[in-house]
Amino acid sequence: MDDVRILTVGDCAVSVEFGQEISLEINHKVMALKMVLEREPVAGIVEMVPTYCSLLIQYDPMELRYGQLKDKLNALVGQLDKVEMPPKQVVEIPVAYGGEYGPDLGEVAAAHNMSEEEVISLHSEPEYPIYMLGFVAGFPYLGGMNKAIATPRKKSPRLKIEAGSVGIAGEQTGIYSVESPGGWQIIGRTPLKLYDVNRQEPVLLKAGQYIKFKPITQEEFRAMENEH
Amino acid sequence: MSIKVINSGLMTTIQDNGRMGYQASGMQVSGDMDRYSASIANALVGNDGDAALLECTYLGPELEASEDVLVAVTGGEPKVLVDNQPAHAYESLILHKGQHLKVASMEEGTRAYIAIDGGIDVPLVLGSHSTNLKLGIGGADGSKLYNGEVLNTGEPSELAKSILSGQYHVRHTDHEFMQHHHLWHENHPGDSHEIRIVLGPQDDYFTPEAVKALDGAVYTISNESDRMGYRLEGEVIHRATQKDMITDGIVFGSIQVPPNGQPIIMMADHQTTGGYPKIATVISADLPLLAQCSPGSKITFKVISVEEAQDIYISFRKALQEQIALMDEEAAEEWPDRRPGVRNYNLKIDGQLFRVSVEQIK
Repeated sequence: MDDVRILTVGDCAVSVEFGQEISLEINHKVMALKMVLEREPVAGIVEMVPTYCSLLIQYDPMELRYGQLKDKLNALVGQLDKVEMPPKQVVEIPVAYGGEYGPDLGEVAAAHNMSEEEVISLHSEPEYPIYMLGFVAGFPYLGGMNKAIATPRKKSPRLKIEAGSVGIAGEQTGIYSVESPGGWQIIGRTPLKLYDVNRQEPVLLKAGQYIKFKPITQEEFRAMENEH
Repeated sequence: MSIKVINSGLMTTIQDNGRMGYQASGMQVSGDMDRYSASIANALVGNDGDAALLECTYLGPELEASEDVLVAVTGGEPKVLVDNQPAHAYESLILHKGQHLKVASMEEGTRAYIAIDGGIDVPLVLGSHSTNLKLGIGGADGSKLYNGEVLNTGEPSELAKSILSGQYHVRHTDHEFMQHHHLWHENHPGDSHEIRIVLGPQDDYFTPEAVKALDGAVYTISNESDRMGYRLEGEVIHRATQKDMITDGIVFGSIQVPPNGQPIIMMADHQTTGGYPKIATVISADLPLLAQCSPGSKITFKVISVEEAQDIYISFRKALQEQIALMDEEAAEEWPDRRPGVRNYNLKIDGQLFRVSVEQIK
């Protein structure tokens, strides 16, 4: 584990960085360290934020000093290969592609000389790993999109994109968890709420899970939306 | 018990220690910008440190008491009025039924905190009362205060009841103590506030000269500064590499440097993650002072080690505890006289405080 660096983030946090590239191998190490620290909590650690390559660990220096934490972490990172990870979890996300829910599907298809059906097929085929959540509550950063449907962002961003909108920005795909402005190419929408403050678990997805998009019709979308 | 908002002020929100535990889901922490002043305000009215209170910016609100209530105003140097008469900040104030409390302006600083005994009674959202304007959650319906709103307050503490009934004297903070810790400090125009920082996590993205120059560098807080972040103007911080950084976690105090080289300090409402390299982090003990700095003020960075920063943090936290313990100690002194039939009063004559015990003689 020569690549592991423990970076100082002020007096109340450190960032354990496992490399500097977006890869599942590195992301798994981030998740593994988080899991170890959840299974065997270290007194003084307050909260952890996993991202692509790093685990941010916030702690209280009244209970745990920088040197002590660094020693503990150095001892732990060498043993992450032995950590047993939970089985792969795939969350199915129903998506109504095109029409009023995916106004940019035609533009994306045209950009690649494909039919709309081909774009839907390529987009709904993979199981996308969730590397991290961030930007706003419940927003998943996904990997693994087929490069054949990679499309630049819109030249002029929309002022309002509905929550649940599924979009493409360059080689990335994602789902808007809350309504916000944005420049992504919107190809569909899910009736699931990725973020709902009134739910027991306000955020639907977790880093480390996978998602699979399942195409549904506009009628099915409306029926599911009414259920929620 | 309740408080009526006669005038909401410029930007008044309900805050507490913040919404911890959901950052991995992308949820911001929010919470009070100046934790020190917020804690002192709560202690002055006998509340727990995490009770919900009001954070106001520049022009505070005007509030009306529905019953006798104990309040305290802290943070910077706020101009406090009770029924249009000047009243003291950093002291518990008895607001009688129908009286108006107004935080008219800030003589120094940016944010005032108004604590009300029992705390403001709004529902907990994901473990916190803090208002998150972006998501529209917390506080009162996820929005800032508005005119005519009625805020309910919780059950007052025994201490608040004793002060309200005149059995206890009002609480006050030790101004010398506050000044010593450089938190409530007279500011001279043109002066620069020293803000101590610890290098990292991405100082290696910048040229060694830029990192060296950061120690002692003076920056001006720009007008584009709010609870999310402070944009700074000053010397451009040059990158050593054009390599893109991979998005990672952010803390309150992270100093991000976007491509234009002008740093942004992330404040209480910051996003949980970000893709700009962070050259350094403001030490926790200096965040309250930074929260009181307004657009146009100058700050000077001073680089210290993480060990030093933690020593300072620990003494800072202890100082806060001491300050609160001091208030309790005073309450336990011989004065006030607790014999039955004896009433105790604080009298301020020409700025000097007198303690008076009065016993009725038949």
